[in-house]
Amino acid sequence: MPDSLLPNDGLVIVAKRDCPTCVLVEPVMQKLDRAGPLTVITQDDPTFPTGVRSVIDDHELERSFRLDVEAVPTLIRFKHGKEVERTVGWDRKEWMRLAGDAAAGDGLPAWQPGCGSKSVEPGVHEALIARYGNPGLKSREISVGNWDDPIEACFERGWTDGLPVVPPTDERILRMLGGTERKPDEVVGLIPPNLAPCTVEKVAINAVMAGCKPEYMPVVLGVLEAALDPLFTMHGLLCTTHFAGPLVIINGPVAKAIGMNSGVNALGQGNRANATIGRALQLIVRNVGGGLPGAIDRATLGNPGKYTFCFAEDESDPDWEPLSVRRGIAPGKSAVTLFHGEGVNGFIDQKSRTPEELVRSLAMGLFGVNHPKLCMAGNAVLVLTPEHYKIFKDGGWDRRRIEDALYQALKRPGRDLVRGAQGVAEGLPPSLADAMVDKFHPDGLLIVRAGGEAGLFSAIIGGWPGQSVRDECQAVTREIRP
Amino acid sequence: MNTTLKLRDPTAESAPARRPRLAPPPSLDGRTVALMDIGKSRGKEFIDRLEDHFRKAGVATRRYAKPTNTKVAPLELMQRIAAEAELAVIALSD
Repeated sequence: MPDSLLPNDGLVIVAKRDCPTCVLVEPVMQKLDRAGPLTVITQDDPTFPTGVRSVIDDHELERSFRLDVEAVPTLIRFKHGKEVERTVGWDRKEWMRLAGDAAAGDGLPAWQPGCGSKSVEPGVHEALIARYGNPGLKSREISVGNWDDPIEACFERGWTDGLPVVPPTDERILRMLGGTERKPDEVVGLIPPNLAPCTVEKVAINAVMAGCKPEYMPVVLGVLEAALDPLFTMHGLLCTTHFAGPLVIINGPVAKAIGMNSGVNALGQGNRANATIGRALQLIVRNVGGGLPGAIDRATLGNPGKYTFCFAEDESDPDWEPLSVRRGIAPGKSAVTLFHGEGVNGFIDQKSRTPEELVRSLAMGLFGVNHPKLCMAGNAVLVLTPEHYKIFKDGGWDRRRIEDALYQALKRPGRDLVRGAQGVAEGLPPSLADAMVDKFHPDGLLIVRAGGEAGLFSAIIGGWPGQSVRDECQAVTREIRP
Repeated sequence: MNTTLKLRDPTAESAPARRPRLAPPPSLDGRTVALMDIGKSRGKEFIDRLEDHFRKAGVATRRYAKPTNTKVAPLELMQRIAAEAELAVIALSD
């Protein structure tokens, strides 16, 4: 649409005072103003440049956006109301070609690059698209009244997990989509329980609501893809009466790049990436899939991790094989592992000093997963903290040796575990009375390192009994794509 | 100036954008109806008549009243109605 404030025939310069090149060419702008019709669109200071009659204050950046200005100064020639030529930065030859001898800029260097336009600064460009352009989003618009609180509107529409969400405006969604190379209309998968198609755009909307930053998007998408792997059995995990929900463990360079916590209080609150990535998955399942607590989510008690449960592995020790590598991802690649986890069970052992002692002790804790007499019901994640890991490392034990030793230590005679044994009705079928029984499936114990430097503790995160059918339900590890 | 904020729907959009009103209950059997006088003139007469009709139909009722018709009902009153009744009639009898 023609802009009535711009000349039909003449020159337009977009500039800002904060740009040294714009300041450099201020005398040229003054000379051009005297030579013919000139309009200067100024982005940051309406008193700049001086000595020019037609200066448009563009602190809202609408004109800069509509003219698609990427750098300043930008000199544009209009003819019959249409742009015919433009040049960016200060280049005497180019300016003289567009504007004639008045643009000679005597005494100035022949060439000097410009600065970035304020209209393309990170975050600003998306806001301008939302305000003045076509955001290209396909999701339905929902209007919130002038006097309504948008956060309360999100609650009223049932879009939240019980905590306030960030209202998903176009500006925020566009910024979030900037965090991935994937197209907004790409379908990531069908979200249970309703098997509703979920586009990258819907992921971005829910990531906004969860409080994610755009750079978390590849991780959120990777987490969602892992959740949609049929082997993860997201639908079953959602509708179980058991406590479990999706536990997200992040490995690789992305964890550090986005500032995830693998150290002090890694399983607790306080880190934005940890908190919001896990929450985004839950909001997607709730909003896109329709997985509502009390409806399809039939958890008897649930657990607080169903708001969000996500942390990164501590990969600071080069001797330690990261969980993702153990599960088949190439070293140096970013990956997500999804596990069906219940709450955190703190494990204390401040007396063991050798790997053998600690393995026997950890096994005692791990026997308690689900029930001390149940085996191969639910698997577990063992989070080794630095002080417990040091005992193994000082003994020369690596991941594989710890795993093997724990696997052996977690074998017990079936006669102690069958129903009725030890005066407890719960237990294994009588047919296992003469067998030695493993606590977990062979790959059912996931060991991961995290936590603060102080504390001879580890954490046991019990799994979901759905994992008992090993061929149908397992933890899933996926590489994270950009 | 129109300052209406636009949000994007995070759901699968299987429900209408405009939320439908709650469906009326199929029956009043076993339910309690709140009769709230909003304080306008002759509201009491109107509610008396309603109460009489409900009584004849065997439907339990409870009476409530706003302290003043010039302000919205206090939160405590709304919470009490929600806790004690399944349906409410807000009487306006001008």
